[in-house]
Amino acid sequence: MTRLGNGPLWLRQIAAVLRLEMKKTFFSKRGWWIYCLAAGPVAITLLHWLFELRARAGANHRLGDDSIAFAALFQFFYLRATIFFGCMGIFSNLFRGEMLEKTLHYYYLVPMRRELLAIGKYLAGLSVALVLFVGSTAAAFLTIGRHFGPAWTDYLYHGPGLSQLGSYMLVAALASIGYGAVFLLCGLFFRNPMIPAAVVFVWENLNPFLPPMLKKISVIFYLRSLCPVEVPVPPPFSVMVIDADPTPAWIAVFGLLAVSLILLAYTAVSARQTEINYGE
Amino acid sequence: MSDSLVTFANVSRFYGEVLGINKVNLSIPPGITSLVGPNGSGKTTLMNLMTGLIRPTQGEIKVLGIAPDHPERLCTVIGYCAQFDAFPKGLTGHQFLYWFLRMHGMSHEECDRRTAAALERVSMTAAAGRPVAAYSKGMRQRVKLAQAIAHDPQVLVLDEPLNGLDPMARAETIALFREWGQNGRHVIVSSHILHEVDQISDQVILLSQGYVVAEGAIQGVRDEVKEQPMQILVRCNDPGGLAARLFLQDHMVEAKISRDRKGLLLRTTDADRFYLLLNQVILDSGLEVESIAPADDDVNSVYQYLIGEGGTL
Repeated sequence: MTRLGNGPLWLRQIAAVLRLEMKKTFFSKRGWWIYCLAAGPVAITLLHWLFELRARAGANHRLGDDSIAFAALFQFFYLRATIFFGCMGIFSNLFRGEMLEKTLHYYYLVPMRRELLAIGKYLAGLSVALVLFVGSTAAAFLTIGRHFGPAWTDYLYHGPGLSQLGSYMLVAALASIGYGAVFLLCGLFFRNPMIPAAVVFVWENLNPFLPPMLKKISVIFYLRSLCPVEVPVPPPFSVMVIDADPTPAWIAVFGLLAVSLILLAYTAVSARQTEINYGE
Repeated sequence: MSDSLVTFANVSRFYGEVLGINKVNLSIPPGITSLVGPNGSGKTTLMNLMTGLIRPTQGEIKVLGIAPDHPERLCTVIGYCAQFDAFPKGLTGHQFLYWFLRMHGMSHEECDRRTAAALERVSMTAAAGRPVAAYSKGMRQRVKLAQAIAHDPQVLVLDEPLNGLDPMARAETIALFREWGQNGRHVIVSSHILHEVDQISDQVILLSQGYVVAEGAIQGVRDEVKEQPMQILVRCNDPGGLAARLFLQDHMVEAKISRDRKGLLLRTTDADRFYLLLNQVILDSGLEVESIAPADDDVNSVYQYLIGEGGTL
Protein backbone atom coordinates (compact mmCIF):
# COMPACT_ATOMS: atom_id res chain seq x y z
CA MET A 1 0.00 0.00 0.00
CA THR A 2 1.48 3.33 -0.97
CA ARG A 3 1.32 6.11 1.55
CA LEU A 4 1.94 9.34 -0.24
CA GLY A 5 1.42 12.90 0.84
CA ASN A 6 3.36 15.28 2.99
CA GLY A 7 4.30 14.95 6.62
CA PRO A 8 4.55 11.96 8.92
CA LEU A 9 1.78 9.36 8.93
CA TRP A 10 0.44 10.27 12.36
CA LEU A 11 0.03 13.90 11.33
CA ARG A 12 -1.83 12.97 8.15
CA GLN A 13 -4.11 10.67 10.13
CA ILE A 14 -4.92 13.36 12.69
CA ALA A 15 -5.55 15.80 9.84
CA ALA A 16 -7.95 13.33 8.18
CA VAL A 17 -9.90 12.82 11.41
CA LEU A 18 -9.96 16.57 12.00
CA ARG A 19 -11.31 17.31 8.54
CA LEU A 20 -13.97 14.61 8.62
CA GLU A 21 -15.12 15.65 12.09
CA MET A 22 -15.20 19.32 11.10
CA LYS A 23 -17.33 18.38 8.12
CA LYS A 24 -19.71 16.47 10.38
CA THR A 25 -19.71 18.91 13.32
CA PHE A 26 -19.90 22.30 11.62
CA PHE A 27 -23.42 23.29 10.62
CA SER A 28 -24.88 19.99 11.74
CA LYS A 29 -28.60 20.16 12.43
CA ARG A 30 -28.05 18.39 15.73
CA GLY A 31 -25.96 21.31 16.99
CA TRP A 32 -28.54 24.06 16.41
CA TRP A 33 -28.86 24.78 20.10
CA ILE A 34 -25.10 25.32 20.40
CA TYR A 35 -25.25 27.95 17.65
CA CYS A 36 -28.15 29.57 19.50
CA LEU A 37 -26.08 29.60 22.71
CA ALA A 38 -23.17 31.25 20.88
CA ALA A 39 -25.43 33.73 19.09
CA GLY A 40 -27.40 34.61 22.25
CA PRO A 41 -24.97 37.10 23.83
CA VAL A 42 -24.29 38.70 20.45
CA ALA A 43 -28.01 39.15 19.98
CA ILE A 44 -28.26 40.75 23.43
CA THR A 45 -25.46 43.24 22.70
CA LEU A 46 -26.92 43.98 19.25
CA LEU A 47 -30.29 44.73 20.81
CA HIS A 48 -28.52 46.89 23.41
CA TRP A 49 -26.73 48.78 20.64
CA LEU A 50 -29.91 49.33 18.63
CA PHE A 51 -31.85 50.34 21.74
CA GLU A 52 -29.20 52.85 22.76
CA LEU A 53 -28.99 54.22 19.20
CA ARG A 54 -32.73 54.97 19.29
CA ALA A 55 -32.27 56.63 22.65
CA ARG A 56 -29.38 59.06 22.82
CA ALA A 57 -25.89 57.68 23.02
CA GLY A 58 -24.59 57.92 26.56
CA ALA A 59 -27.87 59.24 27.91
CA ASN A 60 -28.66 56.19 30.05
CA HIS A 61 -25.23 55.16 31.25
CA ARG A 62 -21.50 55.70 30.93
CA LEU A 63 -19.03 53.75 28.83
CA GLY A 64 -17.56 52.17 31.95
CA ASP A 65 -20.98 50.74 32.78
CA ASP A 66 -20.95 48.83 29.49
CA SER A 67 -17.49 47.51 30.34
CA ILE A 68 -18.83 46.12 33.64
CA ALA A 69 -21.99 44.89 31.92
CA PHE A 70 -19.87 42.93 29.44
CA ALA A 71 -17.74 41.52 32.28
CA ALA A 72 -20.93 40.27 33.95
CA LEU A 73 -22.26 38.92 30.65
CA PHE A 74 -18.98 37.13 30.07
CA GLN A 75 -18.61 35.62 33.52
CA PHE A 76 -22.22 34.63 34.11
CA PHE A 77 -23.48 33.91 30.60
CA TYR A 78 -20.47 32.95 28.52
CA LEU A 79 -18.42 31.01 31.04
CA ARG A 80 -21.25 29.43 33.02
CA ALA A 81 -23.72 28.76 30.22
CA THR A 82 -22.61 29.32 26.64
CA ILE A 83 -19.13 27.83 26.74
CA PHE A 84 -19.88 25.27 29.46
CA PHE A 85 -22.96 23.77 27.81
CA GLY A 86 -21.66 24.41 24.32
CA CYS A 87 -18.52 22.41 25.05
CA MET A 88 -20.65 19.73 26.66
CA GLY A 89 -22.71 19.48 23.47
CA ILE A 90 -19.70 19.45 21.18
CA PHE A 91 -17.13 17.35 23.01
CA SER A 92 -19.22 14.78 24.84
CA ASN A 93 -20.77 13.79 21.51
CA LEU A 94 -17.47 13.14 19.79
CA PHE A 95 -17.33 9.59 21.14
CA ARG A 96 -20.72 9.15 22.79
CA GLY A 97 -22.58 10.41 19.71
CA GLU A 98 -20.76 7.86 17.54
CA MET A 99 -21.68 5.14 20.04
CA LEU A 100 -25.35 6.16 19.97
CA GLU A 101 -25.37 6.30 16.17
CA LYS A 102 -23.45 3.00 15.98
CA THR A 103 -20.72 4.45 13.78
CA LEU A 104 -17.67 4.38 16.08
CA HIS A 105 -16.56 1.01 14.69
CA TYR A 106 -15.71 2.63 11.35
CA TYR A 107 -13.05 4.70 13.14
CA TYR A 108 -11.86 1.72 15.14
CA LEU A 109 -11.33 -0.30 11.96
CA VAL A 110 -8.84 2.20 10.58
CA PRO A 111 -5.15 1.36 11.01
CA MET A 112 -4.36 4.27 13.28
CA ARG A 113 -3.53 4.49 16.94
CA ARG A 114 -6.69 5.25 18.87
CA GLU A 115 -4.77 7.90 20.78
CA LEU A 116 -4.50 9.77 17.49
CA LEU A 117 -8.22 9.35 16.90
CA ALA A 118 -8.96 10.92 20.30
CA ILE A 119 -6.59 13.80 19.57
CA GLY A 120 -8.07 14.34 16.10
CA LYS A 121 -11.57 14.39 17.47
CA TYR A 122 -10.56 16.78 20.27
CA LEU A 123 -8.91 19.16 17.83
CA ALA A 124 -11.99 19.10 15.60
CA GLY A 125 -14.24 19.91 18.57
CA LEU A 126 -11.83 22.58 19.71
CA SER A 127 -11.76 24.21 16.29
CA VAL A 128 -15.55 24.44 16.27
CA ALA A 129 -15.65 25.69 19.87
CA LEU A 130 -12.98 28.34 19.24
CA VAL A 131 -14.71 29.67 16.15
CA LEU A 132 -18.09 29.79 17.88
CA PHE A 133 -17.21 30.98 21.36
CA VAL A 134 -14.13 33.14 20.80
CA GLY A 135 -15.83 34.61 17.73
CA SER A 136 -19.02 35.24 19.68
CA THR A 137 -17.06 36.83 22.54
CA ALA A 138 -15.26 39.19 20.16
CA ALA A 139 -18.46 40.08 18.31
CA ALA A 140 -20.37 40.78 21.53
CA PHE A 141 -17.52 42.88 23.00
CA LEU A 142 -17.15 44.98 19.84
CA THR A 143 -20.89 45.53 19.67
CA ILE A 144 -21.72 46.40 23.27
CA GLY A 145 -20.27 49.92 23.22
CA ARG A 146 -20.78 50.76 19.55
CA HIS A 147 -23.49 53.28 20.38
CA PHE A 148 -20.85 55.50 22.00
CA GLY A 149 -19.39 56.08 18.52
CA PRO A 150 -15.94 57.75 18.49
CA ALA A 151 -15.63 57.39 22.28
CA TRP A 152 -15.89 53.60 21.91
CA THR A 153 -13.33 53.61 19.06
CA ASP A 154 -11.02 55.66 21.22
CA TYR A 155 -11.61 53.26 24.13
CA LEU A 156 -10.70 50.35 21.90
CA TYR A 157 -7.61 51.74 20.20
CA HIS A 158 -6.21 54.16 22.73
CA GLY A 159 -7.67 52.87 25.96
CA PRO A 160 -7.81 49.41 27.56
CA GLY A 161 -10.38 48.12 25.02
CA LEU A 162 -8.20 45.94 22.82
CA SER A 163 -6.31 44.58 25.80
CA GLN A 164 -9.61 43.62 27.47
CA LEU A 165 -10.84 42.07 24.22
CA GLY A 166 -7.63 40.02 24.01
CA SER A 167 -8.07 38.86 27.61
CA TYR A 168 -11.70 37.85 27.07
CA MET A 169 -10.80 35.99 23.89
CA LEU A 170 -7.95 34.23 25.70
CA VAL A 171 -10.27 33.24 28.56
CA ALA A 172 -12.92 32.00 26.11
CA ALA A 173 -10.25 29.95 24.32
CA LEU A 174 -8.91 28.53 27.60
CA ALA A 175 -12.45 27.71 28.73
CA SER A 176 -13.04 25.83 25.47
CA ILE A 177 -9.75 23.97 25.90
CA GLY A 178 -10.45 23.09 29.56
CA TYR A 179 -14.14 22.22 29.35
CA GLY A 180 -13.47 20.48 26.04
CA ALA A 181 -10.99 18.11 27.67
CA VAL A 182 -13.39 17.50 30.60
CA PHE A 183 -16.34 16.67 28.36
CA LEU A 184 -14.37 14.58 25.89
CA LEU A 185 -13.43 12.39 28.84
CA CYS A 186 -17.04 12.31 30.09
CA GLY A 187 -18.24 11.31 26.61
CA LEU A 188 -15.87 8.37 26.55
CA PHE A 189 -16.63 7.07 30.02
CA PHE A 190 -20.30 7.82 30.67
CA ARG A 191 -23.26 6.40 28.82
CA ASN A 192 -25.15 9.59 29.75
CA PRO A 193 -22.73 12.55 29.92
CA MET A 194 -25.51 14.77 31.33
CA ILE A 195 -24.91 13.29 34.78
CA PRO A 196 -21.21 14.24 35.10
CA ALA A 197 -22.00 17.53 33.33
CA ALA A 198 -24.58 18.35 36.01
CA VAL A 199 -22.07 17.53 38.76
CA VAL A 200 -19.39 19.72 37.15
CA PHE A 201 -21.93 22.49 36.59
CA VAL A 202 -23.00 22.56 40.25
CA TRP A 203 -19.35 22.43 41.39
CA GLU A 204 -18.31 25.27 39.10
CA ASN A 205 -21.22 27.47 40.19
CA LEU A 206 -20.63 26.85 43.87
CA ASN A 207 -17.06 28.07 43.42
CA PRO A 208 -17.45 31.59 44.88
CA PHE A 209 -18.84 30.13 48.09
CA LEU A 210 -16.23 27.40 48.57
CA PRO A 211 -13.21 27.60 50.89
CA PRO A 212 -9.99 28.80 49.14
CA MET A 213 -8.51 25.29 48.92
CA LEU A 214 -11.58 23.84 47.20
CA LYS A 215 -11.94 26.88 44.93
CA LYS A 216 -8.72 25.91 43.24
CA ILE A 217 -10.10 22.55 42.10
CA SER A 218 -12.14 24.03 39.30
CA VAL A 219 -11.79 25.58 35.88
CA ILE A 220 -13.85 28.69 36.61
CA PHE A 221 -11.56 29.87 39.43
CA TYR A 222 -8.59 30.21 37.08
CA LEU A 223 -10.68 31.65 34.26
CA ARG A 224 -12.15 34.34 36.53
CA SER A 225 -8.71 35.35 37.72
CA LEU A 226 -7.79 36.04 34.08
CA CYS A 227 -10.82 38.24 33.39
CA PRO A 228 -9.76 41.90 33.00
CA VAL A 229 -12.75 43.47 34.77
CA GLU A 230 -14.05 42.34 38.15
CA VAL A 231 -17.77 41.99 38.61
CA PRO A 232 -19.11 43.08 42.00
CA VAL A 233 -21.27 40.39 43.60
CA PRO A 234 -24.64 41.84 44.55
CA PRO A 235 -26.18 41.33 48.01
CA PRO A 236 -27.30 39.02 49.53
CA PHE A 237 -24.80 36.72 47.76
CA SER A 238 -21.92 39.05 48.55
CA VAL A 239 -21.98 38.07 52.24
CA MET A 240 -21.60 34.40 51.33
CA VAL A 241 -18.66 34.84 48.97
CA ILE A 242 -15.34 33.66 50.35
CA ASP A 243 -12.38 35.58 49.00
CA ALA A 244 -9.24 33.79 47.86
CA ASP A 245 -5.93 35.17 46.64
CA PRO A 246 -6.11 35.54 42.86
CA THR A 247 -3.87 33.19 40.94
CA PRO A 248 -1.07 34.79 38.93
CA ALA A 249 -1.96 34.87 35.23
CA TRP A 250 0.89 32.64 34.11
CA ILE A 251 -0.03 29.96 36.65
CA ALA A 252 -3.68 30.17 35.63
CA VAL A 253 -2.86 29.83 31.92
CA PHE A 254 -0.25 27.10 32.20
CA GLY A 255 -2.17 25.34 34.96
CA LEU A 256 -5.29 25.12 32.82
CA LEU A 257 -3.31 23.99 29.81
CA ALA A 258 -1.50 21.38 31.87
CA VAL A 259 -4.73 20.02 33.40
CA SER A 260 -6.33 19.92 29.94
CA LEU A 261 -3.32 18.08 28.57
CA ILE A 262 -3.45 15.51 31.37
CA LEU A 263 -7.18 14.93 30.82
CA LEU A 264 -6.65 14.64 27.07
CA ALA A 265 -3.77 12.20 27.53
CA TYR A 266 -5.92 10.08 29.87
CA THR A 267 -8.78 10.11 27.35
CA ALA A 268 -6.41 9.15 24.53
CA VAL A 269 -4.94 6.23 26.47
CA SER A 270 -8.42 5.12 27.59
CA ALA A 271 -9.68 5.23 23.99
CA ARG A 272 -7.22 2.44 23.21
CA GLN A 273 -8.96 0.24 25.79
CA THR A 274 -12.49 1.11 24.72
CA GLU A 275 -14.56 -1.61 23.13
CA ILE A 276 -17.40 -1.27 20.69
CA ASN A 277 -20.53 -1.93 22.69
CA TYR A 278 -23.66 -0.52 21.15
CA GLY A 279 -25.83 -2.13 23.80
CA GLU A 280 -27.26 -4.84 21.58
CA MET B 1 2.67 -21.01 8.78
CA SER B 2 0.65 -19.32 11.53
CA ASP B 3 1.26 -16.00 9.79
CA SER B 4 -1.19 -17.08 7.12
CA LEU B 5 -3.89 -18.16 9.58
CA VAL B 6 -6.49 -16.60 11.79
CA THR B 7 -6.08 -18.41 15.10
CA PHE B 8 -8.07 -18.53 18.31
CA ALA B 9 -6.33 -20.23 21.23
CA ASN B 10 -8.67 -21.10 24.10
CA VAL B 11 -10.57 -17.84 23.63
CA SER B 12 -13.52 -16.97 25.84
CA ARG B 13 -15.53 -13.81 25.97
CA PHE B 14 -18.14 -13.01 28.59
CA TYR B 15 -20.45 -9.99 28.68
CA GLY B 16 -20.75 -9.65 32.42
CA GLU B 17 -22.23 -13.02 33.33
CA VAL B 18 -23.51 -13.69 29.82
CA LEU B 19 -21.47 -16.05 27.69
CA GLY B 20 -20.40 -14.79 24.30
CA ILE B 21 -18.09 -17.60 23.27
CA ASN B 22 -16.32 -20.16 25.42
CA LYS B 23 -12.95 -21.91 25.03
CA VAL B 24 -12.81 -21.53 21.29
CA ASN B 25 -9.83 -23.06 19.50
CA LEU B 26 -9.76 -22.35 15.80
CA SER B 27 -7.28 -22.18 13.02
CA ILE B 28 -8.80 -20.63 9.92
CA PRO B 29 -6.84 -21.06 6.69
CA PRO B 30 -7.17 -18.84 3.60
CA GLY B 31 -10.30 -19.33 1.51
CA ILE B 32 -13.96 -18.81 2.24
CA THR B 33 -15.00 -19.78 5.74
CA SER B 34 -18.59 -19.58 6.88
CA LEU B 35 -19.68 -19.10 10.45
CA VAL B 36 -23.04 -20.73 10.93
CA GLY B 37 -25.27 -20.73 13.94
CA PRO B 38 -28.52 -19.32 15.27
CA ASN B 39 -28.84 -15.87 16.81
CA GLY B 40 -26.83 -15.67 20.02
CA SER B 41 -24.54 -18.53 19.04
CA GLY B 42 -21.46 -16.26 19.06
CA LYS B 43 -20.87 -15.50 15.37
CA THR B 44 -20.71 -11.72 15.76
CA THR B 45 -18.68 -12.04 18.96
CA LEU B 46 -16.14 -14.13 17.07
CA MET B 47 -15.97 -11.53 14.29
CA ASN B 48 -15.72 -8.58 16.67
CA LEU B 49 -12.91 -10.37 18.51
CA MET B 50 -10.84 -11.03 15.40
CA THR B 51 -11.27 -7.41 14.24
CA GLY B 52 -10.26 -6.00 17.62
CA LEU B 53 -13.58 -4.26 18.33
CA ILE B 54 -13.82 -6.25 21.56
CA ARG B 55 -11.17 -8.07 23.57
CA PRO B 56 -11.25 -11.63 24.84
CA THR B 57 -11.86 -12.30 28.51
CA GLN B 58 -9.20 -14.98 28.17
CA GLY B 59 -7.16 -16.62 25.45
CA GLU B 60 -5.18 -15.33 22.52
CA ILE B 61 -6.15 -14.32 19.00
CA LYS B 62 -3.82 -13.80 16.07
CA VAL B 63 -4.78 -12.58 12.63
CA LEU B 64 -1.95 -13.39 10.20
CA GLY B 65 0.33 -13.29 13.23
CA ILE B 66 -0.96 -9.90 14.44
CA ALA B 67 -2.68 -9.48 17.80
CA PRO B 68 -5.96 -7.52 17.49
CA ASP B 69 -4.96 -5.10 20.26
CA HIS B 70 -2.68 -3.37 17.74
CA PRO B 71 -5.26 -1.76 15.43
CA GLU B 72 -2.58 0.29 13.67
CA ARG B 73 -1.14 -2.99 12.33
CA LEU B 74 -4.20 -5.22 12.26
CA CYS B 75 -6.46 -2.90 10.29
CA THR B 76 -4.06 -2.72 7.35
CA VAL B 77 -4.69 -6.44 6.72
CA ILE B 78 -8.33 -6.74 7.77
CA GLY B 79 -11.58 -5.34 6.41
CA TYR B 80 -14.83 -5.75 8.31
CA CYS B 81 -18.33 -5.32 6.99
CA ALA B 82 -20.22 -5.23 10.29
CA GLN B 83 -23.90 -5.92 10.76
CA PHE B 84 -24.71 -2.38 11.93
CA ASP B 85 -26.80 -0.54 9.37
CA ALA B 86 -25.51 2.90 10.38
CA PHE B 87 -23.30 5.48 8.71
CA PRO B 88 -21.67 8.77 9.69
CA LYS B 89 -24.17 11.54 9.09
CA GLY B 90 -24.12 13.81 6.09
CA LEU B 91 -21.73 11.84 3.88
CA THR B 92 -22.20 10.65 0.33
CA GLY B 93 -21.17 7.14 -0.65
CA HIS B 94 -17.95 8.50 -2.15
CA GLN B 95 -17.14 10.62 0.91
CA PHE B 96 -17.83 7.68 3.22
CA LEU B 97 -15.14 5.60 1.54
CA TYR B 98 -12.79 8.47 0.78
CA TRP B 99 -12.53 9.91 4.30
CA PHE B 100 -11.93 6.61 6.02
CA LEU B 101 -9.24 5.84 3.45
CA ARG B 102 -7.65 9.21 4.23
CA MET B 103 -7.35 8.05 7.83
CA HIS B 104 -5.12 5.26 6.56
CA GLY B 105 -2.69 8.02 5.67
CA MET B 106 -3.05 7.69 1.91
CA SER B 107 -2.81 10.62 -0.47
CA HIS B 108 -5.83 12.32 -2.01
CA GLU B 109 -5.15 10.73 -5.42
CA GLU B 110 -4.71 7.26 -3.94
CA CYS B 111 -7.92 7.56 -1.90
CA ASP B 112 -9.85 8.82 -4.93
CA ARG B 113 -8.60 5.95 -7.05
CA ARG B 114 -9.33 3.28 -4.43
CA THR B 115 -12.75 4.77 -3.66
CA ALA B 116 -13.74 4.70 -7.33
CA ALA B 117 -12.44 1.14 -7.77
CA ALA B 118 -14.24 -0.19 -4.68
CA LEU B 119 -17.51 1.48 -5.61
CA GLU B 120 -17.26 0.09 -9.11
CA ARG B 121 -16.59 -3.37 -7.70
CA VAL B 122 -19.97 -3.32 -5.95
CA SER B 123 -21.76 -1.55 -8.84
CA MET B 124 -22.31 1.64 -6.86
CA THR B 125 -20.50 4.14 -9.09
CA ALA B 126 -23.69 5.77 -10.31
CA ALA B 127 -24.94 6.41 -6.76
CA ALA B 128 -21.56 7.53 -5.36
CA GLY B 129 -22.52 11.21 -5.21
CA ARG B 130 -25.79 10.64 -3.36
CA PRO B 131 -26.02 10.81 0.45
CA VAL B 132 -25.80 7.39 2.07
CA ALA B 133 -28.93 8.30 4.05
CA ALA B 134 -30.89 8.21 0.77
CA TYR B 135 -29.71 4.71 -0.17
CA SER B 136 -31.91 1.62 -0.10
CA LYS B 137 -30.96 -1.18 2.30
CA GLY B 138 -29.30 -3.13 -0.50
CA MET B 139 -27.25 -0.08 -1.53
CA ARG B 140 -26.20 0.55 2.05
CA GLN B 141 -25.10 -3.05 2.31
CA ARG B 142 -23.06 -2.72 -0.87
CA VAL B 143 -21.41 0.54 0.14
CA LYS B 144 -20.44 -1.07 3.46
CA LEU B 145 -18.89 -3.92 1.52
CA ALA B 146 -17.05 -1.42 -0.69
CA GLN B 147 -15.70 0.28 2.43
CA ALA B 148 -14.48 -3.05 3.79
CA ILE B 149 -12.57 -3.93 0.59
CA ALA B 150 -11.36 -0.44 -0.40
CA HIS B 151 -7.95 -0.80 1.28
CA ASP B 152 -7.40 -4.23 -0.28
CA PRO B 153 -7.23 -6.29 2.93
CA GLN B 154 -5.89 -9.85 3.19
CA VAL B 155 -8.68 -10.83 5.59
CA LEU B 156 -12.25 -9.86 4.80
CA VAL B 157 -14.75 -10.38 7.61
CA LEU B 158 -18.41 -10.07 6.68
CA ASP B 159 -21.31 -10.23 9.11
CA GLU B 160 -24.48 -11.22 7.25
CA PRO B 161 -23.23 -9.59 4.04
CA LEU B 162 -26.02 -10.87 1.81
CA ASN B 163 -28.80 -9.30 3.88
CA GLY B 164 -30.98 -6.97 1.86
CA LEU B 165 -29.33 -7.69 -1.48
CA ASP B 166 -31.41 -8.40 -4.55
CA PRO B 167 -30.63 -11.62 -6.50
CA MET B 168 -28.36 -9.85 -9.00
CA ALA B 169 -26.36 -8.07 -6.28
CA ARG B 170 -26.23 -11.29 -4.29
CA ALA B 171 -24.75 -13.16 -7.23
CA GLU B 172 -22.20 -10.36 -7.80
CA THR B 173 -21.27 -10.35 -4.14
CA ILE B 174 -20.82 -14.12 -4.04
CA ALA B 175 -18.64 -13.86 -7.15
CA LEU B 176 -16.52 -11.30 -5.32
CA PHE B 177 -16.14 -13.62 -2.32
CA ARG B 178 -15.09 -16.46 -4.62
CA GLU B 179 -12.55 -14.26 -6.39
CA TRP B 180 -11.04 -13.12 -3.09
CA GLY B 181 -11.02 -16.63 -1.69
CA GLN B 182 -9.33 -18.00 -4.79
CA ASN B 183 -6.66 -15.30 -4.54
CA GLY B 184 -5.44 -16.84 -1.30
CA ARG B 185 -7.15 -14.36 0.98
CA HIS B 186 -9.37 -15.08 3.94
CA VAL B 187 -13.07 -14.42 3.46
CA ILE B 188 -14.92 -15.08 6.71
CA VAL B 189 -18.68 -14.88 6.29
CA SER B 190 -21.61 -15.32 8.60
CA SER B 191 -24.98 -15.83 7.08
CA HIS B 192 -28.39 -17.34 7.61
CA ILE B 193 -28.82 -17.95 3.89
CA LEU B 194 -27.52 -21.44 4.18
CA HIS B 195 -27.71 -22.74 0.66
CA GLU B 196 -25.59 -19.83 -0.54
CA VAL B 197 -23.06 -20.35 2.24
CA ASP B 198 -23.09 -24.00 1.32
CA GLN B 199 -22.27 -23.21 -2.30
CA ILE B 200 -19.44 -20.80 -1.66
CA SER B 201 -17.69 -22.09 1.45
CA ASP B 202 -14.38 -23.90 1.52
CA GLN B 203 -14.94 -24.61 5.19
CA VAL B 204 -17.60 -24.05 7.82
CA ILE B 205 -17.52 -23.36 11.54
CA LEU B 206 -20.69 -24.38 13.31
CA LEU B 207 -21.48 -22.54 16.51
CA SER B 208 -24.03 -23.16 19.19
CA GLN B 209 -24.49 -21.20 22.41
CA GLY B 210 -20.96 -19.89 22.34
CA TYR B 211 -19.25 -23.16 21.52
CA VAL B 212 -17.73 -24.40 18.28
CA VAL B 213 -19.54 -27.67 17.64
CA ALA B 214 -17.81 -28.55 14.36
CA GLU B 215 -15.35 -27.09 11.91
CA GLY B 216 -13.79 -28.03 8.61
CA ALA B 217 -14.86 -28.73 5.04
CA ILE B 218 -18.60 -29.36 4.81
CA GLN B 219 -18.03 -32.98 3.68
CA GLY B 220 -15.51 -33.50 6.47
CA VAL B 221 -17.82 -32.08 9.07
CA ARG B 222 -20.54 -34.35 7.82
CA ASP B 223 -18.24 -37.37 8.15
CA GLU B 224 -17.59 -36.44 11.77
CA VAL B 225 -21.23 -37.14 12.52
CA LYS B 226 -20.79 -40.87 12.46
CA GLU B 227 -23.80 -41.72 14.52
CA GLN B 228 -26.12 -39.84 12.18
CA PRO B 229 -27.22 -41.78 9.09
CA MET B 230 -26.36 -40.19 5.77
CA GLN B 231 -29.04 -39.73 3.15
CA ILE B 232 -28.26 -40.72 -0.41
CA LEU B 233 -30.57 -40.40 -3.37
CA VAL B 234 -30.15 -43.02 -6.11
CA ARG B 235 -32.08 -42.71 -9.37
CA CYS B 236 -32.21 -46.03 -11.21
CA ASN B 237 -34.49 -48.34 -13.21
CA ASP B 238 -35.25 -50.75 -10.32
CA PRO B 239 -35.36 -48.97 -6.96
CA GLY B 240 -37.48 -51.75 -5.40
CA GLY B 241 -34.91 -54.44 -6.23
CA LEU B 242 -32.10 -52.26 -4.98
CA ALA B 243 -33.95 -51.60 -1.71
CA ALA B 244 -34.49 -55.36 -1.22
CA ARG B 245 -30.76 -56.05 -1.62
CA LEU B 246 -29.77 -53.19 0.62
CA PHE B 247 -32.00 -54.16 3.50
CA LEU B 248 -29.94 -57.30 4.04
CA GLN B 249 -27.14 -55.00 5.26
CA ASP B 250 -26.86 -53.93 8.90
CA HIS B 251 -25.81 -50.37 8.08
CA MET B 252 -29.05 -49.58 6.29
CA VAL B 253 -31.56 -47.62 8.35
CA GLU B 254 -34.30 -46.59 5.94
CA ALA B 255 -35.22 -46.62 2.28
CA LYS B 256 -38.00 -44.71 0.53
CA ILE B 257 -39.04 -45.17 -3.10
CA SER B 258 -40.06 -41.97 -4.84
CA ARG B 259 -43.52 -41.50 -6.35
CA ASP B 260 -42.22 -41.76 -9.90
CA ARG B 261 -40.75 -45.20 -9.03
CA LYS B 262 -37.38 -44.06 -10.37
CA GLY B 263 -35.70 -42.85 -7.20
CA LEU B 264 -34.61 -44.42 -3.92
CA LEU B 265 -33.83 -42.28 -0.88
CA LEU B 266 -31.60 -44.23 1.50
CA ARG B 267 -30.33 -43.65 4.99
CA THR B 268 -27.15 -45.47 5.89
CA THR B 269 -24.70 -45.30 8.76
CA ASP B 270 -21.78 -46.38 6.56
CA ALA B 271 -21.65 -44.65 3.21
CA ASP B 272 -18.43 -46.39 2.13
CA ARG B 273 -19.96 -49.86 2.53
CA PHE B 274 -23.08 -48.69 0.75
CA TYR B 275 -21.12 -47.55 -2.30
CA LEU B 276 -19.21 -50.89 -2.42
CA LEU B 277 -22.48 -52.77 -2.24
CA LEU B 278 -24.05 -50.61 -4.92
CA ASN B 279 -21.18 -51.46 -7.27
CA GLN B 280 -21.75 -55.12 -6.56
CA VAL B 281 -25.50 -54.84 -7.27
CA ILE B 282 -24.79 -53.10 -10.58
CA LEU B 283 -22.39 -55.88 -11.56
CA ASP B 284 -24.69 -58.70 -10.41
CA SER B 285 -28.07 -57.49 -11.69
CA GLY B 286 -27.24 -55.02 -14.43
CA LEU B 287 -28.96 -52.19 -12.52
CA GLU B 288 -29.03 -49.01 -14.62
CA VAL B 289 -28.13 -46.09 -12.41
CA GLU B 290 -28.99 -42.61 -13.62
CA SER B 291 -27.51 -40.64 -10.71
CA ILE B 292 -26.21 -40.95 -7.17
CA ALA B 293 -26.12 -37.89 -4.90
CA PRO B 294 -25.74 -37.26 -1.20
CA ALA B 295 -28.98 -35.67 -0.05
CA ASP B 296 -27.90 -34.07 3.20
CA ASP B 297 -24.36 -32.79 2.84
CA ASP B 298 -25.52 -29.20 3.02
CA VAL B 299 -24.79 -27.00 5.99
CA ASN B 300 -28.35 -27.00 7.19
CA SER B 301 -28.53 -30.77 7.49
CA VAL B 302 -25.20 -30.97 9.23
CA TYR B 303 -26.25 -28.20 11.57
CA GLN B 304 -29.53 -29.89 12.40
CA TYR B 305 -27.72 -33.13 13.17
CA LEU B 306 -25.22 -31.46 15.42
CA ILE B 307 -27.45 -29.06 17.26
CA GLY B 308 -30.76 -30.87 17.17
CA GLU B 309 -34.22 -29.45 16.70
CA GLY B 310 -33.55 -26.59 19.12
CA GLY B 311 -31.00 -25.15 16.80
CA THR B 312 -33.37 -24.09 14.08
CA LEU B 313 -31.85 -21.38 11.90
